Amino acid sequence: MSSTRMTDERNTRSSPTAPPILSNPPASFAQDSAPPEVDAAPSAIRDFLRKRGSGRLADNSFAAVMLLCACSIFAIVLFIFGILVIHSRPSLVQFGWKFFTRQAWDPVMGDFGALPFIYGTLATSLLALCMAVPLALGVAVFLTELCPRPLRAPISFLTELLAAIPSVVYGLWAVFVLVPIMRDVLGPFLVKTLGWTGLFSGPNFGVGLLTASIILAIMILPIISSLTRDIMTAVPNSQREAVLALGATRWEMIRIGVLRNSRIGIVGAIMLGLGRALGETMAVTMVIGNHPNIGKPLFAPANTLASVIAGEFSEATGDLYLSALIEIGLALFLVTIVVNAIARLMVWAVTRNAPARVH
Amino acid sequence: MGVGILVEDLNAWYGSNHTLQDINLHIPANHATALIGPSGCGKSTFVRCLNRMHETNPIARATGIVKMGEVDIYKDASPVEIRRRVGMVFQRPNPFPTMSIYDNVVSGLKLNGFRNRRILDETVERSLKQAALWEEVKDDLKKKSGASLSGGQQQRMCIARALAVDPEVLLMDEPASALDPVSTSKIEDLIFQLKSQYTIVIVTHNMQQAARVAENTGFFLNGKMVEFDSTHKIFTNPKDKRTEDYITGRFG
Repeated sequence: MSSTRMTDERNTRSSPTAPPILSNPPASFAQDSAPPEVDAAPSAIRDFLRKRGSGRLADNSFAAVMLLCACSIFAIVLFIFGILVIHSRPSLVQFGWKFFTRQAWDPVMGDFGALPFIYGTLATSLLALCMAVPLALGVAVFLTELCPRPLRAPISFLTELLAAIPSVVYGLWAVFVLVPIMRDVLGPFLVKTLGWTGLFSGPNFGVGLLTASIILAIMILPIISSLTRDIMTAVPNSQREAVLALGATRWEMIRIGVLRNSRIGIVGAIMLGLGRALGETMAVTMVIGNHPNIGKPLFAPANTLASVIAGEFSEATGDLYLSALIEIGLALFLVTIVVNAIARLMVWAVTRNAPARVH
Repeated sequence: MGVGILVEDLNAWYGSNHTLQDINLHIPANHATALIGPSGCGKSTFVRCLNRMHETNPIARATGIVKMGEVDIYKDASPVEIRRRVGMVFQRPNPFPTMSIYDNVVSGLKLNGFRNRRILDETVERSLKQAALWEEVKDDLKKKSGASLSGGQQQRMCIARALAVDPEVLLMDEPASALDPVSTSKIEDLIFQLKSQYTIVIVTHNMQQAARVAENTGFFLNGKMVEFDSTHKIFTNPKDKRTEDYITGRFG
């Protein structure tokens, strides 16, 4: 009843001209009459439900099992970390924490340091990101917003296929295709156009830091683009309509309605790509030239944490050499953690004042 | 000030579904016009044709003449130009969750490259006051996200966002259907005040709402406009039997 009264008040207050509504009685209200008597026949369903237990035991044991699963993650991480520390003991004792900042890598003299490899890993990964991210975003935007419907599925399928190719195959392709292109076409072109930056000086044999970065970029492109596509597809259409209704062009709609709303997810996708780039071993080992260099031109050979382990583990002689390689593994572990922590911080800094999700 | 809208032989399709059939209608300037009818009768499609949002769906299509003032919106202008002149409020509040209240309100201006700080500040205050939200949010304009408001506040913010670009026409597609009675009454008051300055077209399935806010009402059924007249006439003395059946609650 009260709602009816409120409506009447509103009628007279805000809109004296509003006409009375033609007789418009609600169809019928439930009356206060007693419900018809029904035989209290025994109900199999009620009996069944009443006999069920409280479920407390099942709930508790389920929670315990899930807790165990969650703990296993911590256990595995700690276990790996512990094993790495234990097995790199000779090298840890010999070089201490300085190992991570030393430049030397001389198996003959027993002089080891991880810095060139840390540099190689970070440099190839970041260069790869710089090349892959714009391309991946372009692919994702095209697929979600611009692509004609019949082409959408085949292109998505191709992108995902690209992600499923084993890295050694990428490596072979790079050796036979990318390296000659780099040596004969792309390299001279870069020298001619960007030689003044000093990044592209020195001899160019086709293998080196830049080639490794390019193959890494190709490898992480499908991961980033397919994840980004999924995130953009999840942006509700109401957001696109809201921007369009304000008079936005298609690009403005994509920028404000789609990219802005999925930026956190996009950072996450980039981080997954970076994760793969940091740890990628086989393809990089095949084209990076395998020489510990720091700060040389991009054509020069370099080496990464993962590829030095893959390249030298089988020929490592002596405890110190072996433990130094294992400590390189430890360094890779730490680099990954630090990079991920920085990424988390970046996400946190961006989202401090804004909710993470779109409604 | 708003402009009138003249609709001639408007037809619209979703795929092979003929959702609007031969609509002819004159919507007067600076008045509120309500469109009522059962779900799926085409009233939402109709308002979406008025700012060319209908065609953003790839399978949708529309033919006919829609004149906004002197401009034939399907012939003389691009959809983007039309939408800059026509504000739209949707059924569910759709604030931009990554923007502050302030940025939400001026998003239409910033989008079009408007950068004058002083005028932006004034616009935020004017449109939030018009939307009866200013008092509630004036202290955390830049602190709070648009999505942190309640549903009713979000919808009023979306109205402010539409008003910030100073549109000539305001389209409202069931603006109160997802809201509680108190928020609904606030939004109705608002429409009542705004209609002297803007041409308002409001879709509603709440007939009391149409009666309260609109001077003219159109009744839609199965993609056709059955009757269009003054709200008083429609609700007291409808010409068509189907209109009478609908407003007396015999169906729909």
